[in-house]
Amino acid sequence: MRLIILEDASIVADWAARFVLQRITQFAPGPGRHFVLGLPTGGTPLGMYKRLIEFHKEGKLSFKYVTTFNMDEYVGLPRDHPESYHYYMWNEFFKHIDIEPSNAHVLDGNASDLVLECQRFEKLIQEAGGVHLFIGGIGPDGHIAFNEPGSSLVSRTRVKTLAYDTLDANKRFFDNDISKVPRQALTVGVGTVMDAKEVMILITGVHKSLALAKAVEEGVNHMWTVSAFQQHPQALFVCDEDATLELRVKTVKYFKALSEEHQKMIADAPVEIQHIIH
Amino acid sequence: MKSKSGLTRFHNCYILRDRKIIKEDLWIRDGKIENPERVFYVEQLESDITVDCEDLLIAPGFIDIQINGGWGVDFSRDSDNIEEGVAKVAKNLLAHGVTAFCPTMITSDQEIYRQILPRIKKTQGNKNGATVLGVHLEGPFISPTKKGAHVESYIKNPHRGIDTIREVYGSLDNVVIITLAPELPGCFEAIKDLTNLGIKVALGHSIASLAEGEKAVECGANLITHLFNAMLPFHHRDPGLVGLLASTMKKQVYYGIIADGIHTHPAALRIANRTNPEGLVLVSDAVPAQGLPDGNHRIGPQIVTVEDGCAYVTGTKTLCGSTTALDSCIVKFKDSIECSLEYALEAASLHPAKALGIDDKKGNLNFDSDADFVILHPKTLKVQSTWIAGECVYKCQN
Repeated sequence: MRLIILEDASIVADWAARFVLQRITQFAPGPGRHFVLGLPTGGTPLGMYKRLIEFHKEGKLSFKYVTTFNMDEYVGLPRDHPESYHYYMWNEFFKHIDIEPSNAHVLDGNASDLVLECQRFEKLIQEAGGVHLFIGGIGPDGHIAFNEPGSSLVSRTRVKTLAYDTLDANKRFFDNDISKVPRQALTVGVGTVMDAKEVMILITGVHKSLALAKAVEEGVNHMWTVSAFQQHPQALFVCDEDATLELRVKTVKYFKALSEEHQKMIADAPVEIQHIIH
Repeated sequence: MKSKSGLTRFHNCYILRDRKIIKEDLWIRDGKIENPERVFYVEQLESDITVDCEDLLIAPGFIDIQINGGWGVDFSRDSDNIEEGVAKVAKNLLAHGVTAFCPTMITSDQEIYRQILPRIKKTQGNKNGATVLGVHLEGPFISPTKKGAHVESYIKNPHRGIDTIREVYGSLDNVVIITLAPELPGCFEAIKDLTNLGIKVALGHSIASLAEGEKAVECGANLITHLFNAMLPFHHRDPGLVGLLASTMKKQVYYGIIADGIHTHPAALRIANRTNPEGLVLVSDAVPAQGLPDGNHRIGPQIVTVEDGCAYVTGTKTLCGSTTALDSCIVKFKDSIECSLEYALEAASLHPAKALGIDDKKGNLNFDSDADFVILHPKTLKVQSTWIAGECVYKCQN
């Protein structure tokens, strides 16, 4: 596992976008050779999407041969509701880039058979040949996607009932009325993300600092589901200084020193080689 | 890639939607405005054609609900070739961003209504001209004291309500607005009957008190014709029809405003705007001389002299409509009341559509509305191109 500590959230956004640009470019996607990307929603990745859109407008990056899978979606929320993840992805990302509509996959929270929808999604990922890079954010309680504390660390895409804390935290998006917050969501499982060849987790802000400490410094624990990625062969945590506040000084110094050296080593190395020279 | 014909995406543009000008693409198909998010996720289609708008502004097409003619055509007079006349005006309006209009007939002889009215049909707009929404009949059921440029001898009372009205006009099939003075005998009953038929009633050329105005609104009227002009001036003990703008009635009343810089003082525009911003409807009230040089022209039976763009009844200082098209009115209106661009544009599109009750499909760029819009220079508001039902019907050549 690598931990990249950067100055602030805007630098994290820029770094993450450059990483995506580099990965897609190195992969050299084309007809019959799609780069498969897993995507998150929420506040943390917004800056990264903005940068990716800029890269696209500058002609540096095309999504013509990129297939995407989103992590989650609320159940029963209209697709065009401003809090739905379909709406988010369309407005913050898809409408600005050249991705083909049939290659952009978002779980359908309004499907008549939710179980079937989850199975369909897993199958689609398989058919796409698996995810090359899964990008995620985390909640203050260390959840990744809607894999709330206590979720199985080998879980697959499924219907998840949301914790009261999550409903309470999200009510601000629903007229401050907790009864309007959807009580269920569809989400990829921890195991689904673990299957990706590479995982990049973005963590910014003081309120995520405890979760980062739990993810990095303590053992694998289903109460902090993001900690599962300690066991991923190619996981990358990208955080800002604020998010390190709960880490030990020793941990921060260790990763910072390591990062500099590591950066030099992998600067021009192809991805396959990068996977070996950790 | 699946594809369905005719999905067009206007890209790199600013659009007026929900009272805001936003940087957003506009998608259209089959003459309607499309929801691209739905197209993306449900139909999984990309656009067939992408138009780069180079940062121009897209606004809903303008709707002129009071226009007497133009380019020499007089809707109240040219009975011999009225169809050609309407077509000529409809065609010329496209260059002014007007996508729909109500040809307006002023007080005329009964015989003229019989000759002209059945021949001005509601017509869907296209390359040949703007949509004809239906006729606006201004008079003859008006007050002789506020006749303005209307000929007194043709003025009538609707004693027997809608029966008299039918006797004078003949068939009402092509009519969408009737301007009348509510204080005339028989008017309140007539307003009820007309509005039940779906015709909008506008109050004007009138000496009605506020109480009479309010009663007319209760009976179904929802418009005031060229506010301040041809009605009692505002009086603090009886504010008259002008008082409807600040009436305690719940119903929204719309009012036409001629913002040609001549008919209404900027301070009066601001008073109207501040007391009732939602009701303000820009109209051109254009005379047949609109689009022609200064000199002597006609409107209905009257001779009109145009001097420096002001149209007077010849030999008098009685104004008889404007020579300013709606696109210029928007610019003048915006400059004189210093309102937002969004508001000025909506006053010539959304507000008239609401007044006519057609805002479910016209006057806005909402999803599923008709793709009637105008592409403007964002600063000068010069019309670059005009579109009706998704078809480019006018393109500026320079």
